[in-house]
Amino acid sequence: MRKFDTKVQHLKYKILREVARHAWDDSLLKCVLDIPKQIFPGPKPTMRCCVYKERAVAAERVKLAMGGDSQNDNVIEVIDIACDECPVGGYEVTNACRGCLAHRCEDVCKKGAITFDSNHVAHIDKSKCVECGACAKVCPYTAIVSRKRPCQSACKINAISIDENLSAKIDNDKCIGCGACVYQCPFGAITDKSYITHVIDLLKNKESRVYAVVAPSISSQFTYAKLGQVITGLKELGFHTVVEAALGADMVALSESRELVEKGFLTSSCCPAFVKYVKSAFPKLEEHISHNPSPMVAISKYIKETSPGAKTVFIGPCTAKKSEARLEGAREYVDEVLTFEELQALFDSRDMDITTLPEGVLDNASYFGRIFARSGGLSDAVSQAMKEQGLDTSFVLKPEVCDGIEACRLALLKKNKNVLNANFIEGMACSGGCINGAGCLTHGEKNKSEVDKYGREALEKTIGDAVSVLM
Amino acid sequence: MKIVVCIGSSCHLKGSRYVVERLQQLISENSLDSKVDLGGTFCVGRCQDGVCVTVDEEFYSVSRENVDEFFRTAVLEKLG
Repeated sequence: MRKFDTKVQHLKYKILREVARHAWDDSLLKCVLDIPKQIFPGPKPTMRCCVYKERAVAAERVKLAMGGDSQNDNVIEVIDIACDECPVGGYEVTNACRGCLAHRCEDVCKKGAITFDSNHVAHIDKSKCVECGACAKVCPYTAIVSRKRPCQSACKINAISIDENLSAKIDNDKCIGCGACVYQCPFGAITDKSYITHVIDLLKNKESRVYAVVAPSISSQFTYAKLGQVITGLKELGFHTVVEAALGADMVALSESRELVEKGFLTSSCCPAFVKYVKSAFPKLEEHISHNPSPMVAISKYIKETSPGAKTVFIGPCTAKKSEARLEGAREYVDEVLTFEELQALFDSRDMDITTLPEGVLDNASYFGRIFARSGGLSDAVSQAMKEQGLDTSFVLKPEVCDGIEACRLALLKKNKNVLNANFIEGMACSGGCINGAGCLTHGEKNKSEVDKYGREALEKTIGDAVSVLM
Repeated sequence: MKIVVCIGSSCHLKGSRYVVERLQQLISENSLDSKVDLGGTFCVGRCQDGVCVTVDEEFYSVSRENVDEFFRTAVLEKLG
């Protein structure tokens, strides 16, 4: 079964796996320069113009797999030499245009930007075009295409521009770290920094116990094996035990519902990309962000407080969590963050076939904590927490479920103008929720049903029951 | 006296929530709140023996069935 959606992910994984392999046996410093050649032995190139370019890009990937540019605070970085400098012309008419009679493109264009030459072939007047894409949608020959770069199309908050060398450039003040561009760039020229070697250092040090805190979206990942085998695999890697981040979500749901009733209006705080977006693009609304820690921080804090000396590693679908873990209020509790992609590399760096392992168990959280992973789940959990605490008699929850950063933007714009008919904004930067995070191995429709199924399997049916063990 | 109940996945499935709730009840019924500190932890590494409970670092294997007896012998009697 295919472990990844794309070949770009597969290449990134191979680099991570080799870096991890050398980190385990302390040979990284000695062998770091050999990794590109190991991945691209040559003499014929397999992906780019020549083997030397492949190796040069691979060397950059090795650097990112080892933490990237330490002078750059953003966890998302552009590999300049990997960027193919895609065309940037916007909407263009291709030679598929048949010069038809209908001229739907002209009719639909509100700006009058479409003209026709003597052969009835359409042309777009760039001075009038606003890049709405309506003409492309109606053309029966799909003759109109967008020459927008995939990274720029993916970045819905417009943090990516093009520098003087035509390479993609990230505005670090605007970037929310969601990783949409990382997943979408067909050349793998934008990637998230990895701290996989830090995790290996933690695991090698037998002095302290390392706790894996796994996000509930794990239920839709590693589908070639059973979830229980992934849990055993984590323990074989050296993690002391595996705890559900969803239990942190249960804790958050309880306190966030109380905070909401007290303040009357709130936005969620569990998606770090959404939180950064509010702070950078809507600073006036910052005061409305819930003061609750994210589920990752809530449960890691509990682990650190009950098990002195413990180290915590969050494992999830998210690139933005890597940034969150470095912020004050989180770094005290979360030692490192890994994505599912990186976990796959970690398993394979030990040549571990998890499908052969016995099944371990993972059960701490309730149904509601687990469905935080998909859009709408957080609102359902807050609604449930209000019911369980009897808060729903005096306060009516009106959630605005924002599925993806564009929906978040709309809701925040409305709130800014005081025309939002809701008292709770559930903000998720990735469409579909965490199950479509950039660090997932696979993305797809069935991820949601997998998370719901995993939710229903929880031993504890209510949030109160799940958190009652946390003394 | 510090009682720590394992709330890791394995013990959770074996009933650690029941054990925790019963101990809370017993502590309160015996007015021992000031003398006993009840806490949780994730996995003490003896999943086969769960629900794992330690009383001042001493290990006990507790279950739904024997939690009352455990409380009598390992807690009440020790507190005198």
